[in-house]
Amino acid sequence: MKRLAAMLAGLLLAIPAAATDYVALPGGDFASVVPADGKAALAHIAPFRLRTEPVTNAEFQAFVATHPQWRRDRVAPVFADSNYLAHWSGADTLGTGALPQQPITRVSWFAAQAYCESEHARLPTWYEWEYAAAADATRADARNDPAWRERVLAWYGRPSTTPLPSVGGAPDVHGVRDLNGLVWEWVDDFNALLVGSDSRDQDGADKLKFCGAGALSLQEKENYATLMRVAMLSSLKASDTTVNLGFRCARSP
Amino acid sequence: MKRLLVLLLVMIGGHAFAATPLPRDSIYQLDISLTDQGGQTAMLAQRRGQVQVISMFYSSCTMVCPMIVDTMRATRNAVDEPQRDRLGLLLVSFDPARDSVDALRQYAARRKLDAPAWTLARAEPQAARQLAALLGLQYRQLPDGDFNHSSELILLDADGRILARSTVIGRLDPPFVEAVKHALGTP
Repeated sequence: MKRLAAMLAGLLLAIPAAATDYVALPGGDFASVVPADGKAALAHIAPFRLRTEPVTNAEFQAFVATHPQWRRDRVAPVFADSNYLAHWSGADTLGTGALPQQPITRVSWFAAQAYCESEHARLPTWYEWEYAAAADATRADARNDPAWRERVLAWYGRPSTTPLPSVGGAPDVHGVRDLNGLVWEWVDDFNALLVGSDSRDQDGADKLKFCGAGALSLQEKENYATLMRVAMLSSLKASDTTVNLGFRCARSP
Repeated sequence: MKRLLVLLLVMIGGHAFAATPLPRDSIYQLDISLTDQGGQTAMLAQRRGQVQVISMFYSSCTMVCPMIVDTMRATRNAVDEPQRDRLGLLLVSFDPARDSVDALRQYAARRKLDAPAWTLARAEPQAARQLAALLGLQYRQLPDGDFNHSSELILLDADGRILARSTVIGRLDPPFVEAVKHALGTP
């Protein structure tokens, strides 16, 4: 009986651990490009665990097989737009346009959330993502190094028509890979970044569109690359998919 | 035995309702539950069957939120009786930490937001985030506990499809009022 219990426990542990790896990040006070008070407040990031790599096509294919409501031919349009998984050869096949080890893209926020839930995880918050992505191979926060900035920024100049590389870039100081330089990634609170307004508002209602302290001001203006990410994420709807927007998951410890 | 019969009836009733499939573009596709100011918890999809104006708010908000409530009330009052009584008004909090059932009930009493027309509801944080995402509303908690959030009224048909939205807060938005009247089948 005890052996059975141990075996069962082993099985349960083995399911998420088999394909995926999470590492612990200490968190702490972090100067975000979007301070919570719109001025200079530090973000307080609790310790968390982050998936070392973005989710791949192969992993998402396995998820779709066990969660058929997320097949592109079954998903409700409120949860994913018409280009959801459009690069796959079929509703459950990858084909030549989507290699198994390439990061999954063309997924909506709802689909990304559902995937993470299947890994007993969640999407990282923007602060968690930004904090993790500030690292390089030797430092947890390399953002003041002009070389880091240039390297991160260079990726944004890459034409989006070139095929995506596979996941598995060089690990950073935490052991996390591909945060910069592979794909854009969803965050849980993408609809909390509040930068700019959208095309829906007209006339004098603009000033009332946002309750509270109004639209946030951006800080760390020399960190263009991160600011671009904030601008891109905050322009999205939760059902949107794009050719280079993927995700990874996080866990509270 | 009686209990079994009731259970069967409930099951059959539920089945009959589910027989009409939910439109694929309905927000009721979202599998979350809401708890209202009376403490009743129900799935979001159980609101199916009524034309509604929905928005999100938080009860400790002193800035735009009272105006959201006023604008919802004014929109309802712009609809003639008896159609007015068929319009539901739903406010979901994005502050589940502070907006307990008690807080919602007190807010409803203070602002005279009476059931059954008004539903003030809370959801778990993840569910609130999902609902906001589905409705295209943005919100963010500030260090002092207040929220930045977008302010919009959204009109749903009886099946939970978004028919119209309005960012006009603080006064009536005539096209939105027309859309509400149209949804309720008034000329």
